[in-house]
Amino acid sequence: MVWDRGAVSDSFPLLLAGLVVTLEITVLGSLLAYVLGLVFALIRRLRVPVLNQAVYLFVEFIRSTPLLVQVFVFFWVLQPAVGLPISAFASGVIVIGVHYACYTSEVYRAGIEAIPQGQWEAATALNLPRTRVWSGVILPQSVPRVVPALGNYTISMFKETPLLLAIGVQDLLNRAKEYGAETFSVTEAYTMAGAFFLVISYVASLLVRRLESRVGQL
Amino acid sequence: MSENFGVIFSSILDGLTTTIWATLGGIALTIVLAFAAGLGMLSRWLAVRWLARIYVEVFRGTSEVVQLFWIFFVLPLLVGFRLVPLFAGILVLGLNHGAYGGEIVRGAVQSVPKAQHEGAIACNFSPAQRMFRVILPQAVVEMMPPFGPDIMVIYGVELAFYLVLAILITIVMRALESAGAKRIGRMPPPRTKFLAKTQGGGV
Amino acid sequence: MSVNYEQSFNGPMIQFDNVVKRFGQLTVLEDLNFDVAPGEFVTLIGPSGSGKTTILRLLMTLEKLTEGTIYVGGEPLSHLHKDDKLVEANEKHLREARKKIGMVFQQFNLFPNMKVLRNITEAPVRSLGRSRDEAEKRGSELLEMVGLSDKVDAHPSQLSGGQQQRVAIARALAMEPKVLLLDEVTSALDPELVTGVLHLLKEIAETTDITFLCVTHEMQFARDVSDRVMMFDSGHVIEDAHPDKLFTDPDPDPDPDHERTREFLHAVLDRG
Repeated sequence: MVWDRGAVSDSFPLLLAGLVVTLEITVLGSLLAYVLGLVFALIRRLRVPVLNQAVYLFVEFIRSTPLLVQVFVFFWVLQPAVGLPISAFASGVIVIGVHYACYTSEVYRAGIEAIPQGQWEAATALNLPRTRVWSGVILPQSVPRVVPALGNYTISMFKETPLLLAIGVQDLLNRAKEYGAETFSVTEAYTMAGAFFLVISYVASLLVRRLESRVGQL
Repeated sequence: MSENFGVIFSSILDGLTTTIWATLGGIALTIVLAFAAGLGMLSRWLAVRWLARIYVEVFRGTSEVVQLFWIFFVLPLLVGFRLVPLFAGILVLGLNHGAYGGEIVRGAVQSVPKAQHEGAIACNFSPAQRMFRVILPQAVVEMMPPFGPDIMVIYGVELAFYLVLAILITIVMRALESAGAKRIGRMPPPRTKFLAKTQGGGV
Repeated sequence: MSVNYEQSFNGPMIQFDNVVKRFGQLTVLEDLNFDVAPGEFVTLIGPSGSGKTTILRLLMTLEKLTEGTIYVGGEPLSHLHKDDKLVEANEKHLREARKKIGMVFQQFNLFPNMKVLRNITEAPVRSLGRSRDEAEKRGSELLEMVGLSDKVDAHPSQLSGGQQQRVAIARALAMEPKVLLLDEVTSALDPELVTGVLHLLKEIAETTDITFLCVTHEMQFARDVSDRVMMFDSGHVIEDAHPDKLFTDPDPDPDPDHERTREFLHAVLDRG
C-alpha cells in the first residue's frame, strides 16, 4: 500500500465540502440542544404538571437507546408515517439536537442547583417576580458556568455526526467513502477524514479547557 | 418483512456465543489499553508519556464511526485480511474506550494522596511495588464510579448498536442484491452466515 | 541507653556536607553542615518554614538535594561514586541506601488498602526479602510492643489517630533501620493521645541503638530524650547544644542567635 499524495490534494475539495456539512449539522444541532435542553431543565425544575413527567420519560428513553437507532427510526419510520418531507440533513439536525438536549438538560440542572440557596432567598427578600428571579438572578449566574460542559457536548456531537451517513447525509465521512469508492484511494480518504476530526476536536477541546479555567475563577 | 425477521433471529442466534466472547474480549481490551495508556501518561520516560498521550488524543479526537470505517476498510489493506464486522466493532470499541479509560486511570492514580507515595518510599518499595501494591489498589477504588457503569451499560448498548448496524447493512445489501438479481432473471445467491465467519484469514 | 558518645563514635551516622536545598527561587537550606553520631537522639526545633522537615525529607530521599552531599553510615545517600566523582544515584542505589532509614510521618501515611499487620509486614517481605512467616512473627511482636496486639486484623481506618501512629512506628521499626526520622509525629493527634505515643518513642530510644532525628514541637519530650537539640532559623543552625543547656541557659547573651532561640522557646513554651 502506498500513500498517494495526489489523492490527498485531489480529494481535498470534496472532503472540505463534506466538512462544511458536518460543521453545519454540529452548529445547528448544538443550538437546538442548548435551547431545548434549557427548556427541558426548566420544565423539570418548575415541575410543570404532565410535561414534567413526559420530559422525564422522554429523556430517560433517549438516553438509554443508541443514537443510530433513533436516526433510523426518525428517518425511516416516524418521518414517512407523519408524511412530512424532511430531508436527511434536517432529520440529522433534529435527531442529534434532540438527543443531545437530553444530555444538556442535565448540565443545566446541575448549573441551576449550583446556585447557592442565599441567592434564591435574597431574590425572595427583594420580592422579585418569579420570571425576573429566573431571568435576572438564576440563569445569568448558572449559564456561564455550564458553557464548558455544553462545549464538551458539542465536541462529542461533532464526532458523532458521521453516523448520519446511515441516512445518506453528505457529511465528511460520506464524502470520504464516496471518494474512496470512486478512486480506490481508500486509505487516503479515510485517514484524511480522521485527521480533520482530530484537528478540529483537539483545537476545540483546548478552547473548552481554557473556558473551563476561566469559569473556574467565577 | 417477516422473512427478514427470520434472517435477523437466526443471525443473532448464530452469533450469540461469538458476541458474548467478543464482548468479554472487548472489555478486556479496553481495560488493558486503559491501564497501559493511563500509566503510560504518568511514566518517567518522556517517550512513553508521548506515545500514550498520542494514542489517547488520536482515539478520543477522531470520531468513533470514522475509526470503525478506517479499521474496516483501510486496515485490511495494511494487514492483508478483513475483520468480521463484529470484531472490527470490538476493536474500535476497545481502542476508543481504552483511550477515554486511560484518562480515568490517570486521574484516579493522581488522586491518590502524595503521602501514600512517600509512605511507600519510606518502606523502601521499588517503583513497581509502589505502583502495584500501594497506589493502584487505592486508585482502582476511585476508578469504579466512572468505569463501572461505563463498561457495563455502554458496552451492552454499543455492541447492540454495532450488531444492528451490521444487520441493517446486510439486510439492505441483500434486498438490493435480490432486486438486482430478479431484474436480470436470476435466483439470489445462497445465504451465508455473516456473523460467525471470517472472510479469509483469522482474527 | 543513649550510647556513650566517646566510646562508640567511629565516624558519624549522618553527615550533611555543604547541603543546599532550593525550591525554585526559594532557598530552604543554605550551606548546611552537621553530623549526627550513631545512637544519638537529635531533635530539630525552630519556627515553621525553617527547613527542619526538609532535612528529614532529604534523608528519606523524598526530595532531591540542590547542592552538597549527605552521607549516611559513611556512604553518600543520593549520590554514587563513579570515576572518582559523585553522580546522582540511580534507583538501585537509593533502594540500598533507604534500607538504613525509616520514617514516621505527621499524618501516619498508613496504606488504607492493607490491614494493620500487612502494613507492617509488606515492606520487610518486599524490600528485605523476608519470608512472610518470619515477617508476620516479627510484626506481631512489634504490635505487642506498641500495645496493639488486638488490632492485627483491623483496617487502618478503624483505628484512632494515636493507634495509627503506633502502627506507623511499628512499620518503621520492622525495617530495622539504623536511622529513624520522626516528622512531627504527634502534631496530628488529639491532645490526650500525645503522651502515649511519646512514651513509646522514649522507650524505643532508650532500648535500641537506633539513631534518631526528630522534628517536634513537644519541648518537654525534646528535653527528656534528646542528646542534642539543634535550633534552626531560615535554613541555618543557630544553636546546637545539649537540651539542658539550650532550654535553661539563663545567661543574658548579646548574641542575636541566642536571642532568637529564646524568643522561639518563649513562644512555644508559653503556648504549651
